[in-house]
Amino acid sequence: MIWETVIGLETHVELATRTKIFCGCSTSFGAPPNTHCCPVCTGMPGALPVLNRRAVLLAVRAGLALGCTVSRRCAFDRNNYFYPDLPKAYQISQLYLPLCRDGAVDIGGGKTIRIAELHLEEDAGKLVHDPWTEQSLADFNRCGVPLIEIVTRPDFSAAEEVIAYLEKLKLTLQYLGVSDCKIQEGSLRCDVNLSVRPAGSRELGTRTELKNLGSFKAIARAIDYEARRQIELLEEGRPVVQQTRRWDENKDATFPMRSKENAQDYRYFPDPDLPPLELEEAWLDSLAAAQPEMAWEKAARYQTQWGLSADDARTLTGRKPLADYFEAVVELGAPPRRAAGWVLGQLLAALGARGLEAEHIPLPPAALARLIHLVETGALNRNTAARVLEAVFDAGGDVDGYVAAHGLGQISDPAAVEEAARAALAANPKALADWRAGKGKAKGFLVGQVMARLQGRADPALVNRAVDALLEESK
Amino acid sequence: MEFYNLTALELAAALKKGEVSVAQAVQAARARMEARREDNAFLTPLSPAPESIDLDASPLAGVPMAYKDNICTRGVPTTCASRMLEGFVPPYDAAAAEHLTAAGAVCMGKLNMDEFAMGSTSETSCRGPVRNPWDPQRSAGGSSGGAAAAVAGGQVWYAIGSDTGGSIRQPAAHCGVTGMKPTYGAVSRYGLVAYASSLDQIGPIARSAADCAAVLDILRGRDRRDSTSVELPGGPLLDALTGRVKGLSIALPEQYLEDGLEGGVAAAVREAADTFRALGARVETVSLPALDWAVSAYYILACAQASSNLARFDGVTCGRRAPEGRDLAQLCAASRTQGFGREVKRRLLLGTFVLSHGYYDAYYKKALQAAALIKDGLNRTLEEYDLILSPVAPTAAPRLGESLSSPLEMYLSDLYTVPANLAGLPAVSFPCGLDGEGMPVGVQLMGRALEDAAVLNAAHAFQLATPWHKMHPEGGKRP
Repeated sequence: MIWETVIGLETHVELATRTKIFCGCSTSFGAPPNTHCCPVCTGMPGALPVLNRRAVLLAVRAGLALGCTVSRRCAFDRNNYFYPDLPKAYQISQLYLPLCRDGAVDIGGGKTIRIAELHLEEDAGKLVHDPWTEQSLADFNRCGVPLIEIVTRPDFSAAEEVIAYLEKLKLTLQYLGVSDCKIQEGSLRCDVNLSVRPAGSRELGTRTELKNLGSFKAIARAIDYEARRQIELLEEGRPVVQQTRRWDENKDATFPMRSKENAQDYRYFPDPDLPPLELEEAWLDSLAAAQPEMAWEKAARYQTQWGLSADDARTLTGRKPLADYFEAVVELGAPPRRAAGWVLGQLLAALGARGLEAEHIPLPPAALARLIHLVETGALNRNTAARVLEAVFDAGGDVDGYVAAHGLGQISDPAAVEEAARAALAANPKALADWRAGKGKAKGFLVGQVMARLQGRADPALVNRAVDALLEESK
Repeated sequence: MEFYNLTALELAAALKKGEVSVAQAVQAARARMEARREDNAFLTPLSPAPESIDLDASPLAGVPMAYKDNICTRGVPTTCASRMLEGFVPPYDAAAAEHLTAAGAVCMGKLNMDEFAMGSTSETSCRGPVRNPWDPQRSAGGSSGGAAAAVAGGQVWYAIGSDTGGSIRQPAAHCGVTGMKPTYGAVSRYGLVAYASSLDQIGPIARSAADCAAVLDILRGRDRRDSTSVELPGGPLLDALTGRVKGLSIALPEQYLEDGLEGGVAAAVREAADTFRALGARVETVSLPALDWAVSAYYILACAQASSNLARFDGVTCGRRAPEGRDLAQLCAASRTQGFGREVKRRLLLGTFVLSHGYYDAYYKKALQAAALIKDGLNRTLEEYDLILSPVAPTAAPRLGESLSSPLEMYLSDLYTVPANLAGLPAVSFPCGLDGEGMPVGVQLMGRALEDAAVLNAAHAFQLATPWHKMHPEGGKRP
């Protein structure tokens, strides 16, 4: 039998707010445990939530970019369950009246994924298990970090589509400034709902939910594994059990989670501490009008406005920090195509050699713009400029200081070049003889010798001219 | 000078004039707390030694008072009269406590109550029941029983309680003092340990409506930490107390005066209606059919919200942790089994049940709809009438031990007080007589949302014309 896989996604994305969704604590990642906490986010008796307006704004931006209808009136509900990483024993979420509904994402290849809803909720804390002391410790720093949950319809049929959707989602949210979408830091997390059915069937099979997917690679592998597992079961005439399964990266397989975690009754009800959220039409309109330029829009503009190739435009816009950097360099006066060449060439190479991400480029855009300017005006030659970039890359980017300190400025004094050329010719009588004998290559050798005497800093055109003149003279 | 039975405003005036010092007032309160120790009104008595109280900070600056023990006080144990919160010392003040401290209030301690405010007799406290200062064999009412008893017994001049379904008004009635549940949101709930968030409201218990107005003037105000808080319009409530009710229209729901009401209570309420008539108000009986569902709707909403609000006491963060928990589920179950008393458990189970999968629509949603109907009905009546007059409780204070055996009967006794909570309306309870056994009886006035001043003013007018609020449990009237 031919089987087809049906997949829906629930993606949780941490919003890039400075403070938590219901209190003023910092959301920054990596702080010492329990240092970003207060009575509100640790659920102390009597503490009350106050909605972070910025979180609403970012969620609305995301909803608009995903083609959703934004509800004029939404509300918050309590999702009740006991777990030590949830100090209130309920998560504030949106079940009955979510913020956004009915969106769509074009993932290319003529395929569109429908978004069922996008809602706001708060993150839980983290448990740290210490195998040596057999203790579990709770870190509440992440409690109350704002999340949006984006729920798709079951519109995917393969892992590749899921990855294409997630890449597009990530790029979209990064461009909106809604989230940094770092899957390793947990700011983008994805649960997969998957079932299989005979090809052509219209009924959905029994689904399983896959959790603990820590990378796009893990997501793709887990989907392939789980689809195969379900198909094997069905082909053996055994049923698929509806359950939540955990992806084990090391064993490359999914395993059922404890049955208790499968039998939750979340007892949702409207949170009486938060009045329904009413959004004004005018505010929504102003947000819709102010949506930032998306990656694909930027790429098109780079081609039409600045004449970049489609490939270069796509690579530059593939990571928002890189596009931002590139635009900053252009903004400072660098010719766009030259700037693109430097960013995609030396800059990416320097990043790669250091294992750095585009959001952590140590070299200020102004330094690269200055370097390009020096090359354009002939003050530095290109090879020297590449060396300077490498030298100042991690050191604050003082291009002029480094060039001056190391005497790297281009030598464009014709007298100095002529002197070096005379010395080179005098020192290489064999080359001169070869040239006279009609061996054209000998000139190249002599030019190289002159350049070497000038530590490679001479203006190549000047060197060529000086060598030509002396050869003429010696005829 | 026996100034312990002055009103709070009278004491404040004496303090401002220098006739009494704050230290003397504190000393007097301490002496009364000692004398009335058997009432068991205090869970955590304090001996404050205030050095620099600014007597101009508010009309009540320097007056000793106390808090119900579900209002968080920085550095002072806040236990909700539950084993669950033994040893809990909040690192923050409730908004109400912040306001009062800034207003020069002198805190004499934390008051006994029903465990987590669940009860109508203050008998569910893990520290034993509060005794009624009028008769030690009787309950002080609940859940703010300690607050009402402390004020009635002359231990403090006013107290801060909380009212979810009558928890300020009913004990005030049973102890012969005045208690005010403000409009929902008029006082920030920040720092009030939540029972039922959509119904809970902090308010004063004092010896007169004017005292209540002065306290509410301190408590009131929009607080950005409580998203449900609202600003009461208008100037100081104290300034709005004209003492005139001439021309006001007052509705008296007829079903409230029919079955279930004890004879002495019915007579006292009718007499109160006559007093208002004599003062120039128009009092008419009306029918309010939706009220029949009030108690059922109230218990569904309150228990459901409580099951969520109290779920945080799971043995992990603050609160009791059972020593023998071997795994997570056991730790949680054992901590809750040991930490909560019977009535709290009963309500949490009820609440968990009504929110369970498949029951939400049948119970919680329906209760929300019933509450909306009740609110509509009351608001329609209040379009026609300025105030609604009713009993506070069907009987005077019950004997200790009588109610616990029959929780349903205890729940039904909340009939008159829960509608104000369901509708978010201001309501005041004040003494209007004694029953045949010499126990105080209270009457309630409910008004339009945000018109707390009108409610307090009518009670004030009544008190200008009657002696009941001056009755003292230790014999006769106050001066």
